[in-house]
Amino acid sequence: MSPELTAFLTNCFAGLALGSTYALVALGFVVIYKSTGVINFAQGGLLALGAYLGYTFSENLALAFGLSILFACLAAAFVGAGFERIVLRRMVGQPPFAVIMITIGLLFIIEPVLTAVWGFDNLQVPNPWNIQTVEAGGLVFGVRDLWTIGITIAVVTAFFLFFRFSGFGLAMRATAFDPEAALAQGISAKKVYAVSWAIAAALAALAGITLAAGPGGLSPSIGFIALAAFPAMILGGMDSPAGAVLGGIVIGLAEALTRGYQDQLFSWAGDNVSIIVPYLLMIVILLIRPYGLLGTKDVRRI
Amino acid sequence: MAKPHRNLTRAYAQDLRLFGTPWAKAGLAMMILVVVMLPMVVHDDFWLSILVYVGITAVGAIGLNLLTGYCGQISLGHAFFIGAGAYCTAIVGGDLGLPLPLWLLAAAAVGALLGGVIGPFALRLRGNYLAIVTLGLIFVGEHLWRNLKDVTGGNSGTSVAAPPAVGPIDFSRLEIAGEVYSRNQGYFWLVWGLVALIALLAKNLVRTRPGRALQAVRDRDQAAEVIGVRAGHYKIGAFMVSSAIAAVAGALFGSYQQFVSPDEWNLLLSIQYIAIVIVGGLGTIFGSILGAVFVGALPALIDRYSADIPGVRTSVGGEGFISVFALNQAIFGVLIVLFLVLEPRGLAGIWLRVKTYFKAWPFSY
Repeated sequence: MSPELTAFLTNCFAGLALGSTYALVALGFVVIYKSTGVINFAQGGLLALGAYLGYTFSENLALAFGLSILFACLAAAFVGAGFERIVLRRMVGQPPFAVIMITIGLLFIIEPVLTAVWGFDNLQVPNPWNIQTVEAGGLVFGVRDLWTIGITIAVVTAFFLFFRFSGFGLAMRATAFDPEAALAQGISAKKVYAVSWAIAAALAALAGITLAAGPGGLSPSIGFIALAAFPAMILGGMDSPAGAVLGGIVIGLAEALTRGYQDQLFSWAGDNVSIIVPYLLMIVILLIRPYGLLGTKDVRRI
Repeated sequence: MAKPHRNLTRAYAQDLRLFGTPWAKAGLAMMILVVVMLPMVVHDDFWLSILVYVGITAVGAIGLNLLTGYCGQISLGHAFFIGAGAYCTAIVGGDLGLPLPLWLLAAAAVGALLGGVIGPFALRLRGNYLAIVTLGLIFVGEHLWRNLKDVTGGNSGTSVAAPPAVGPIDFSRLEIAGEVYSRNQGYFWLVWGLVALIALLAKNLVRTRPGRALQAVRDRDQAAEVIGVRAGHYKIGAFMVSSAIAAVAGALFGSYQQFVSPDEWNLLLSIQYIAIVIVGGLGTIFGSILGAVFVGALPALIDRYSADIPGVRTSVGGEGFISVFALNQAIFGVLIVLFLVLEPRGLAGIWLRVKTYFKAWPFSY
């Protein structure tokens, strides 16, 4: 293989791994948006919380890494449902912009709490993947990246099976489609809202731990990666779970490729232009297809 | 015929009066008197500078409240427009050396222009796309500020040599009746004068047709469109006005501080403004100023007294579990959540309740 092709494929692979993280976070956004109509800015905080909990479970309690991931996701789900129960439920019936600002407030509460508990230093999460690599066909793959992609595929599959075939998944889809009709059928909206938050938080925590196991380690600013998942959500369509996954992958690929070819192609655009690529893509998509690639077009009946 | 009681409103026009009762007029006169007299009483430069920053923050908060409080749209990009105003001032006021009114107007024009370019992406859609688009704007803006080195000086920042002077009146060295006032005193009068002016403009905007249209869009956008309000136009208009006012705040900030760097226009600054309008009271002009007084001064006060607050560490690697930055962050977050859940109408709402209580005193219940 020519070195150019190898470099290209390596960048694409890095993009897929990054995109998987975005996809998980964006999926969480969509679950909450569909069922409660709220854009959840606190997702980044839950991501960081999950990552730090995973660190504590595997470093301080010396649990196996797989168990740490599981427990961290459960704990984050508990916290997410707690947010819904304690704060968000009081806001039912309030205008959406007030509820969104609450989630912004929550995001800015979580981060200082994390630094107060775990400190500012960059932590290394003990994990079996480390910086090991696998070589196949002349390409070098990071073990962590492979696991991230694999876990994401598994979780997304489970997610779609849950919503397609389980009773509660059907209840959640019904509530998203028409809350009043669902309520009339005896579906508990309270339960659906709480479970939506729990699912979103667990997805965020999963993204957080896989990210923290990577070369960047774990620092309080890890939650900011969730902000780049907003463009993924808009790209895919705000109300489409499949779109969120697609959007996440596209955004991840675009970001990784820009980073890979920074010196050759994008040096005119300044250093680290890859950080803003997701937002630029989002603006393009809002121009040409504002409801996203797979979203439903907003139809109003007057 | 007996004169109706002053509390009784009999016509819509009466409801819209700027200064209703004699008490309100007296209160306003008192406030103006306090603002005029304060710099002569307070000479301490630290407190004066805090009050100047509070005034600048109040200007920006009025802008955000027009958008968020009256139109129901969240902007996380307020910091971007404040930065744009500051850099515009560095060029128009500093490099070109134009006088005070011109660089203020230039900043406002640049803010409105940027708002008009960015707004349509998000605002032609229903729902709160603006929050996400302006979140992106913060990051794109930061990238621009760091890389447009000719304008912004890149990471190291740029000096803003805009003189706060028009003709013979120089606010950095005011001379009234033979007495020379300091830079801080001059800036205090300039900034708070502008707060009064912009508050009056905003108040007049919201009590006339555009303001009613904005509130209609906020409360029921479909119903508003049915009765003939162009929701998209008014949302974009509100965003432009809000951005223009933010840019004016940025111009004042830059010229007062004389130096600005890209680190200042971050997400936390935008969040601070959101906290201010929520604490002060969404949808009230007076509330924006109240919020700026109570929340706007917090970062500077915390910075000054950080050594005395237990648990706060003042240097990298020092004692304490929370940094000054993180403490600010936490306070803004807690204020936003607490006020939205417990007192959605903010300090202005509390004030209104106290006022209604005493209106009917001693027969209030």
